[in-house]
Amino acid sequence: MPETILKVKNLSVVIDGKEKIIENLSFEVKKGEFFIILGPNGAGKTTLFKALLGLIPYQGEIIWSKKDIKFGYLPERLSPLEFKKLPISVKDFYKFKNVSEEKISKILKSVGLGEKRFLEKNPGDLSSGQFQRMLIGWALVGDPEVLFFDEPTTGIDIGGEKTIYSLLEKFWQEKNLTILLITHDLNIVYAQATNVLCLYKKGICSGPPKEVLTPETLETLYGNKIKFYKHKH
Amino acid sequence: MPSQFILGLITATFIGAVAGYLGSLMISKRMALVGGPLGHLALPGVALSLIYHYNIFLGALLSISLGALIIWWLKTKTKLSIEALTGLVFAAGVALGFLILPLSQAEEALIGDITKVNPIDTILAVILGLVIFFVIKKIYQKMVLLEISEDLAKTEGVNVKRYNLIYLISLGLMVALEVKIVGILLTAALFIIPAASARNISTTLGQYGLFSLIIGMVSAILGMFLFKLTQVPAGPLIILVNTSVFIISIFLKSE
Repeated sequence: MPETILKVKNLSVVIDGKEKIIENLSFEVKKGEFFIILGPNGAGKTTLFKALLGLIPYQGEIIWSKKDIKFGYLPERLSPLEFKKLPISVKDFYKFKNVSEEKISKILKSVGLGEKRFLEKNPGDLSSGQFQRMLIGWALVGDPEVLFFDEPTTGIDIGGEKTIYSLLEKFWQEKNLTILLITHDLNIVYAQATNVLCLYKKGICSGPPKEVLTPETLETLYGNKIKFYKHKH
Repeated sequence: MPSQFILGLITATFIGAVAGYLGSLMISKRMALVGGPLGHLALPGVALSLIYHYNIFLGALLSISLGALIIWWLKTKTKLSIEALTGLVFAAGVALGFLILPLSQAEEALIGDITKVNPIDTILAVILGLVIFFVIKKIYQKMVLLEISEDLAKTEGVNVKRYNLIYLISLGLMVALEVKIVGILLTAALFIIPAASARNISTTLGQYGLFSLIIGMVSAILGMFLFKLTQVPAGPLIILVNTSVFIISIFLKSE
């Protein structure tokens, strides 16, 4: 039985002193899980990430298995424009993590940006797929134990989306990582997730997707707008 | 005893260089807005220093610190944005300054007077300049990351409040030093123009910081020699040299 890496007990997050974004949420993540958080817009998914990363105040308990656990984070919708306003190269951006050039080249190669020209490019000048892969590499470069990916395929076409998810799976398997992923893509949930947490302010369901994602749960989560047919081959 | 010109030259060189370097981090609108008119906040203190004949640096520093404290206090008491409060306190500072400043001394306060630099000013500029340079060099990368994404910076262990405070204190000290050579009106230019020129010709962060520093320094040196030739006030000359470098940088633009 793998050890528990994260335990969340009665977590509540209130923003601006009144609006409850997350209410009384409890769940656990085991080491090495591919843990997916599912929920409609405004359900509190990104807020949950921020609380877990210690970026915002919260009530309740968030217990990591050890104190100095290393995180990698890919925030939602980080804009290439933030880079465009600066004279900064991909290499500069990676150097923020205090890693050797050798490691930088290696990780860039593994996310498909191995050509030398990418090192000197401004991240803002990459295509949206390349930009997102560059960020995944950045999240990975410090040898993190837990990775947080907040909708890593927003704004990317279907081909690019597949590349990104297969990259995540590759790293997950090779590096024995714990991955927490926010996505709307039910295909990925069924194909990848070891466990899923359905969130709509409170926890609606939690467990392996095949067991907990019943049509009823999905309806509670998204209203009756959504029907998912899983193809059996 | 070094000549008056040498004292002025050393002072201007250090201030120009470090201000340029600091300015390269003045990337966001908010920072530019706060850093820009900080000089105006110095006016009441500068006015009092001129009247009572004590060091302008001290007057400017006290006045800026007091202004910053008032902004911070108002922020805790009202729901107004920091930008609005900054505008309000700056305007009040300028108005108050002109109320107490004798018109005959207005020129020195507004555009500076390099001929009044004394050895203490030079020593202050060198020591504080070096300290600020090394402190900023240490936090430079983290400040840039903070600019790109506050969440990413926090995940990397950056204490946002502490870093912003260090940067603002450095700006405040630098403005207080600058007042002597370029006056309260032109302090912002020493931050903004070298960095803008460096932005045009750099593709990496290393180049950007270095070019900002060098352009700030070279403009100050050239401005001082032009002052020696023409006897026109050094402050405006230094800014005009900076502006000329900026225009040249447009044509050298990388990309």
